[in-house]
Order: sequence, then C-alpha cells, then structure tokens
Amino acid sequence: MSTPASDPNPSDRADTQQAANRRLIRRLLVVTVLMFGFGFALWPLYNVFCAITGLGGRTGQVTNEEANAQALVGDERWVTVTFDANVDVKLPWRFQPYEKTMQVKVGELTETHYLAVNTTDQSIVGQAVPSVAPGEASLYFNKTECFCFSEQVLEAQQSRDMPVRFIVDPELPHDINTLTLSYTFYLQGDATAELHQHDHEHHPHQNQDDASASHTGP
Amino acid sequence: MSTAHTHEHHEAPKGLGRWVFSTNHKDIGTLYLLFSLLMFIVGGAMAMVIRLELFQPGLQFVHPEFFNQMTTMHALVMIFGAVMPAFVGLANWMIPLMIGAPDMALPRMNNWSFWILPFAFAMLLSTLFMDGGGPAGGWTLYPPLSLQSGNSFAFVIFAIHLMGISSIMGAINVIATILNMRAPGMTLLRMPLFVWTWLITAFLLIAVMPVLAGAVTMLLTDRFFDTSFFNAAGGGDPVMFQHIFWFFGHPEVYIMILPAFGIVSEIIPAFARKPLFGYASMVYASASIAFLSFIVWAHHMFTVGMPLGGELFFMYATMVIAVPTGVKVFNWVSTMWRGAMTFETPMLFALGFVVLFTIGGFSGLMLAIVPADFQYHDTYFVVAHFHYVLVTGAVFAIMAGAYYWLPKWTGHMYNEKLGKFHFWWSAIWVNVLFFPQHYLGLAGMPRRIPDYSVQFADFNMISSIGGFAFGVGQLLFVYIVIKTIRGGEKAEARSWEGAKGLEWTVPSPAPHHTFDTPPELDDSQLAHGGGH
Repeated sequence: MSTPASDPNPSDRADTQQAANRRLIRRLLVVTVLMFGFGFALWPLYNVFCAITGLGGRTGQVTNEEANAQALVGDERWVTVTFDANVDVKLPWRFQPYEKTMQVKVGELTETHYLAVNTTDQSIVGQAVPSVAPGEASLYFNKTECFCFSEQVLEAQQSRDMPVRFIVDPELPHDINTLTLSYTFYLQGDATAELHQHDHEHHPHQNQDDASASHTGP
Repeated sequence: MSTAHTHEHHEAPKGLGRWVFSTNHKDIGTLYLLFSLLMFIVGGAMAMVIRLELFQPGLQFVHPEFFNQMTTMHALVMIFGAVMPAFVGLANWMIPLMIGAPDMALPRMNNWSFWILPFAFAMLLSTLFMDGGGPAGGWTLYPPLSLQSGNSFAFVIFAIHLMGISSIMGAINVIATILNMRAPGMTLLRMPLFVWTWLITAFLLIAVMPVLAGAVTMLLTDRFFDTSFFNAAGGGDPVMFQHIFWFFGHPEVYIMILPAFGIVSEIIPAFARKPLFGYASMVYASASIAFLSFIVWAHHMFTVGMPLGGELFFMYATMVIAVPTGVKVFNWVSTMWRGAMTFETPMLFALGFVVLFTIGGFSGLMLAIVPADFQYHDTYFVVAHFHYVLVTGAVFAIMAGAYYWLPKWTGHMYNEKLGKFHFWWSAIWVNVLFFPQHYLGLAGMPRRIPDYSVQFADFNMISSIGGFAFGVGQLLFVYIVIKTIRGGEKAEARSWEGAKGLEWTVPSPAPHHTFDTPPELDDSQLAHGGGH
C-alpha cells in the first residue's frame, strides 16, 4: 500500500492523493455495480443449479418409449407416493386428488387422477405447477402425461378428471421411500381475459356471462 | 472533490447551515450519532408496543396487523437506522483521528451519505400512516407474503434502496480514507483495531448491499410490473429470494458486529493498561470471519428442504466461525489477564459485551446444529439469540464507545455515577428481557405472533417487565449524553489514563480541524505501536 502522504510537497501530496482517491472510487464503484448484477445473475444460476440437483422440486417429462426403457430395468421395489393439491387464492376452483396416497412399483408407469371444479359462472384458465419433495427425488420422478403440461380451461361450473401418468426411476436413491407430488393451480389472468374477449367477438349479441355459459370449449 | 485541507485554518460555521452543508468529518459523525440515537428511541418505542401486547396472552392493545408492522419496522429501524448509522458515525469521528488524517477522503460524498438517511427513514416510517399500512411480513420481506403488501410497499423498497446507497457511499469513503489518508508511518499493521474492523466491514458493505438492492428490486417488479422472479405461477421460486436475501443477510450480521469488536478491542487495553494481546491474530480473525460470512447463508433456512449434503456443509461452515470468534474472546480475556484494571463505564460496557455476546454466540452455535434447528427455527429462541448478539453485542459496544469517546467529542467528562448506574440497570434488565425468551423458544413459542397459548404467559410477562425497565433505562443514556454536551468536568486531551492512540494526542474537545499537517508517530503513544 502506498502512503501518498510521504511526498514532501503539500500541494503535490494533495494532487496525488486526489488521483489515488479517484482511482479507488472507480474500482469500488465497479465492484458495487458488479455485485448488483450478481444479485440478478443469481436467478439464472439458481435455476441451473436446481435443474442439476433437483432442489427446486421440478418434475421431468419423458416419452412413453423412455418410460418403457426404464420399466425394463426395474426390479421389485415399492415406494409410497402421496398426492397433494393446492389452489392459489386468486383462482376460484376446487382441486383435489382422487387418491391421497398410493403404493407405486418403481420403474412402472402408473396413472392417477385429480379432480378440478370451476365453482364460478365464468370460464377460467388455470395452470398447475408441480413440485416433488424431497427435492432430490424430483430428479427420478418423470411424467408421460400431465395436466400441468398445458393451461387448462374450465367452463362455468365444469368439473374435469385430470390424469397424471408417471414413472419413478429405478435409480431412485435407496434412502428415499416416500415421495410427495404436489400441485398448485394458479389463475392465468391474461389467458382468461383473452378467452372472454374471444367469446364476445363470436357472440356479439350476448352479454359476457351468457357467452361463457354457452361456450362449448376449444 | 476536495480532499486534503491545505488551506488556512478556519472555525466551525454557525447556525443550521453548519450541519446541512457540512463536509467536516466530526460534524457529520455527530449528525450520524444523533440520528442513530433518535432511531434507537423510535425503534425502542416499537419494541415497547410489542412487549406490551405480549405482556399477557390474548389480544389486548393493538390489532394483529399493527403488531406485525411493529415487529417488521422495529427490525428495519434498529438495523438500518440505529446500529449501522451509529457505526458509521463512530467511523466518521474516529477513523481520521486514529490514522492522523485531516478529514475523510471524500467529504462532499460524506455529506450526501448522511443526508439521504433522514429522507429514507421519513419515507419508511410514513408507510405506517398510508393505506395498507407499513410492511408487516417481517424485515426479511419473504415472498409470497411480502408481495401481498399494499401499494405502500413501493415506498419501503425505495427507502431500502436509499439506505443501501447511503451505506455504500459511506463504505467507499471509509476505504478511501483508510487506504489513502494515513499519516506517514501509519502502516496497515499499526492501525488501531477499530480502523481494521471498519475496513473489513466496508468491504462487506460494498459486496452485499448491492445484492440486497437487487433482491428488493426483484420484489418491486414482481409486485408491480408482473415479473415472476419469486412467483411460482410464472415459473419463479420464492425460496430463491431467501437464498439471495441471506447472501446479503449473513454478511450484514457481521457488518453489525465487526466494528463492535473493534471498539471493544480499543477499550479493554485502555482500562487493563496493557497492550492488546494478539493484535495480528485479531486482524486475521476479523478477516476470516468476514470471509466465512459469505458461505454460511443457508443456515438461516435449513427448514426449506435442502439435501443432507447442503445442510451438513452449511452446518460445519457455520461452526467454523466459532474458531476466529473464539480467538477474539480469548485475546480480550488475555489482555485483561494481570492487567491493572479499573472499571469505568466504557470498560463495564465492554466487559458486559464480552460476557453477553459470548452467550449469544453460544446460542448461535446451538442454532447451527441442523437437527436442533428444526426445533428452534422461527421460535423465540432465535429472537433471544439475535438480541443477545445485537443488543448486548452491537448496542453495548456502541454505548461503550460513546462513553469512551464522549470526552473527546464534547470536551466534558460524563457523570461517572450515572454512567455506571446506566450500565448496571441495562445489564440486569436486558437479561430479564431476553434470557426467558430462550425458554419460550425451546418450549415452542413462535416469533412474530401477537398472541400465544397460556403456558407461555409467565416467561412473557417477565420478559415484558425486563423490556419496559431496559427501555426506560435508555432514556437515562439520552439524559447523560445531553448533560455531557452541555457541560461537566473538563476533559483532558488524554481523557483516560491508559488510553493510547492518535485521537488522544489532540485536545478535548477535538478542534474543528485536526492533523492538517500529518502527525509524527511516536510508538509509545500508539495502541499497537512497534513491530509485529
């Protein structure tokens, strides 16, 4: 570390000190800006990290062929899968699993159903977001079919059976014996608004409520 | 920017303008310290509301929503308004005096970084009177709860941005001052420990305050501009906020304790009349604590569902911090060993710090143990832990520093009898206040809840009584400070017999301008002179 004060001439000393200060401020401001950026960079970093480690609990999607390939190597091992359902406060739906818990053979394609009911007099678009706990298990939990793969439209008072076909990878670590598959249904506000606008265009003589009621679905 | 004052000597300007336009490190230090004292009283009043409501089970005095605003605001005000500005105030006053510099390196920025604060806190506190009220989701602002706040949330975030800008400017100033303004011969390893710990703290501030700014900016856009950083419906993840927040939050904890370590390391040698034991190890211990603070953040969130490997890593990394912290405590104790000790008020507060902060450190170790943390998480045990390290830690150290340097600032000795009474009153009641909270937490009482089941009633009542008594005691501190500013026994340049360091070579009160020409260093005058 230089000691600028060692310069004998006071005015020179002030000059060198000012230059040194400017240099230092510039560097420290760069660090500040970089750290601000780092805060935002944590977002993609986190997602990549979670995809690798499964910590976010996101489930994977596989094709039927891939599922069959897993089935071939499967041995006799059973795990408990529990099913959980949540609805965001903004979405006026009822949503529940038909079965709360199942014994599932590892490496075998299994199917279960959820029930969703639109309790309002309007058609609404919702999107389910899945999550598997423990997070580590999510790497070994794959689905061939799920209502969460796309947005779901429920007409006024409509109820729908929604299937999930999943397979637990035989590579699942042996200390995991229970998995929980949880869904949360969220309102897709923009898509719902679009749907209603669409109805208006096709039924200009009807009011919005009638339009939703008579809508026959996509 | 004007740096070194080589122009003619002039006295302090008069009137309000002296304070508003000041670029003098002593005036700005005074402003910071008085602002911090004001915020300490405001935050303390909020704590009184909390303890009043918790005096008995049931809802008696305030609406639960208001109670939640009080817990949230109490934390924000105390952390960003009381503790941090107090340390910056001490840095402003003492660092130039300790390293023989005429002023801070960037005096105009210094003015800015202080004057942002009153506006930031006016804005933060004004949310209490807005529709939707102040922030009520806890000072950690976890989504999704914080995203359900009213529109006043935007003011909270802007206030936090301003506080962050103020801290970053203050930190840049401290680093520039310490690295560029030292008197000839004041090598890095001759600097007083308070200067060292502040240098490390300033680097921590620059590293993490921008991360907090980023995190709250993401909250802002999630709340008002339809982004989905933390919104699961849009593909975000609320747990990610906790990671980003605690990446800031844990170093922040050390930002609030490292300068306290520095203050205590100045005071104990002065009243033990012995040089600080293990000076170099103190410096290295501070640096390693700062480094470790970056890799332990997830111990605040063991219960979010981490894999075992992650939990083990964060548990062991956290426990490693006990090693450098232990080095410090042993060094303080060794400094006192066979010293000619006297027990004036600054020394009493410093000793109170060593004992009580260590208790807080131990409960921190208990919380670091993953299987135990699942029981302790979000209970009053955590509340007891961080109040031991922040109140009997940071605040006691600030009080110690205030008593120690008041003669230098004001030119008067404070009333020693009142000071000692203030210490003993505080030390007794703070334990009555916070010790029972350990038991409440172990018994399972959750934090941030205005009501509780009846089995927690006794300990809560004891804690509340302690809280009221401790709170009243701090008004005595305000009285002592005002009385000392107004008058009292004349202080000598070296106000304490055993005090060493350049700050004691200038008269008391310190003149408006000091060290216009760099001082000649004399090892016998320095607290940490001589070779290492």
